[in-house]
Amino acid sequence: MNTEALKDLLYKIADDQLILGHRNSEWTGFGPMLEEDIAFSSMAQDKLGHSLAFYKILHELGEAEPDTVAFTRNANQFHNCQLVELPIGEYDFSLIRHFLFDNAEILRFDMLTRSSYEPIAKVATKLKGEVKYHVLHANTMIKQLGSSTDEAIERLQNSLNEALPYALGIFEKSKFDNELIAEGIFEGEEKLQTQWLENIKKVLSQTHLELPDLNTITPKFGGRYGEHTEHLQPLLDEMAEVFSIDPTAEW
Amino acid sequence: MYGGGNIFEATKFDDLATEDPVKLAEFEARIARGEKIEPNDWMPELYRKQLIRMIEQHAHSEIIGALPEGTWITRAPGFRRKMAQMAKVQDEVGHGQLLYSAAETLGKSREAMLTDLINGKSKYSNVFNYPAVTWADSNIISWLIDAGAIVNQMANAKGSYGPYCRALDRICAEEAFHLKYGHDAVVHMATGSPKQREMIQAALNRWWPPIMTFFGPSDKMSTHTETLVRWKVKMATNDECRQQFLDMYVPKIWELGLTVPDPKLHKNADGVWEYTEPDWVEFKEVINGNGPCNKERLAVRRTAEEKGAWVRRALLAPKKEAKYIKPLA
Repeated sequence: MNTEALKDLLYKIADDQLILGHRNSEWTGFGPMLEEDIAFSSMAQDKLGHSLAFYKILHELGEAEPDTVAFTRNANQFHNCQLVELPIGEYDFSLIRHFLFDNAEILRFDMLTRSSYEPIAKVATKLKGEVKYHVLHANTMIKQLGSSTDEAIERLQNSLNEALPYALGIFEKSKFDNELIAEGIFEGEEKLQTQWLENIKKVLSQTHLELPDLNTITPKFGGRYGEHTEHLQPLLDEMAEVFSIDPTAEW
Repeated sequence: MYGGGNIFEATKFDDLATEDPVKLAEFEARIARGEKIEPNDWMPELYRKQLIRMIEQHAHSEIIGALPEGTWITRAPGFRRKMAQMAKVQDEVGHGQLLYSAAETLGKSREAMLTDLINGKSKYSNVFNYPAVTWADSNIISWLIDAGAIVNQMANAKGSYGPYCRALDRICAEEAFHLKYGHDAVVHMATGSPKQREMIQAALNRWWPPIMTFFGPSDKMSTHTETLVRWKVKMATNDECRQQFLDMYVPKIWELGLTVPDPKLHKNADGVWEYTEPDWVEFKEVINGNGPCNKERLAVRRTAEEKGAWVRRALLAPKKEAKYIKPLA
């Protein structure tokens, strides 16, 4: 088995979770209503937990401790898609991002439960149930708000248009994609994207939101190869603010 | 997290003049027997008014209290702290949700309460008008402010209003975890590197004066609350809570090698703690809006309310007709 390919896969999954968890946690205390405030905080905790689980597998493969990996790398060493690093914006953007990302994530976790690499399959099986609730939350809110007031529909439509190029970046293939498929570790980004598209269409068709024609959109790629927007490094600096006072200290 | 103490309006002699004396006597007898009052039971207007005031202020304290610690979620050092800090602050917002629901049973809507908060008409625990300058401040809040809140809330959980007591039982169970989390974080700082020890001592120095005011003005300055005590709305005096807090936590602070910044602080032979009287003039000033963070806290809350208004409007709106879906499409 190619360990480099495996690590690449693990890093992109873990980094997605860490960065989106961090962004979702920014809603704590600022939600549009207490219930959503709590929901985003709760999902943030799950995402953090998920990233930790994957960083632990990486550690077993010889990478540094999860705290070191998460709190000391620079932006160009991160493999997350650019979608997750964008600022939280207003609630409509955060909800759309959550909807687009978690509908992909549940499928990714589902695929990973069948991974030939057992530690991944185990973790995915254990955590899939939590992602299921994230999807349930996203789909419920999208269905409800997406067929409510003109104001809500307009906001969500704008955010959907804005987020979609970045969402397509979730499925940016790594140079190891074919190898991972061949070894039965991961079924590949293309298959993932096809299923994802079907699922989000199903939800959007029950709303007044329109999915833009994907052929007219240029995906925002680069994240999987360490190319990021200007928003990631400040996020990482903030995350490391206390940790970097003394990285050897026990906090 | 809520310390109470500064929340009651003075009761006046004729407050009960318009109440039905027979019903009032029965109400008081029920409370004396240890029964709980439930939302649909008869209650004097003064009881309703003071309870709304108290529960509402408690709820506001939870969601405003989430802000000073919330700013440290994104900066918490390491996975363990980051996840715990998220969970802890989320709990506080959850307490707010529980308490607004409890207050709503008395007839005031959540929306109305939040409007009064933003307008400055309704207060919250004064300590949250002070800043959490460093990560260590957040640790001190998690430990000692939550500890103070538990002292107050355990007492109030034995009060007479059913929905409030039940909410408090659940809240206290969670606060007990916060206390352990806060203590653990402070222990790590106090037994850590010289820099960490310096940070935690500085945070304790900053937070000690607000902590000492957490339970409200001393009993000799407090408004008359005999009726509220008899009705089991107010369950312990401000000084009783303060003494209990000092008794439980000062030894624990000393145990960690930290210094409490009050040269007068000591326990007398009769078991009563003596301390420098807090600056009640500053306390009043801060309550009245002139503290270091009052404006910032309310501005954050106002922004959240305004930016989120479209979501609440949309959820209340009747659902638009679902789009026509072509059969077999």
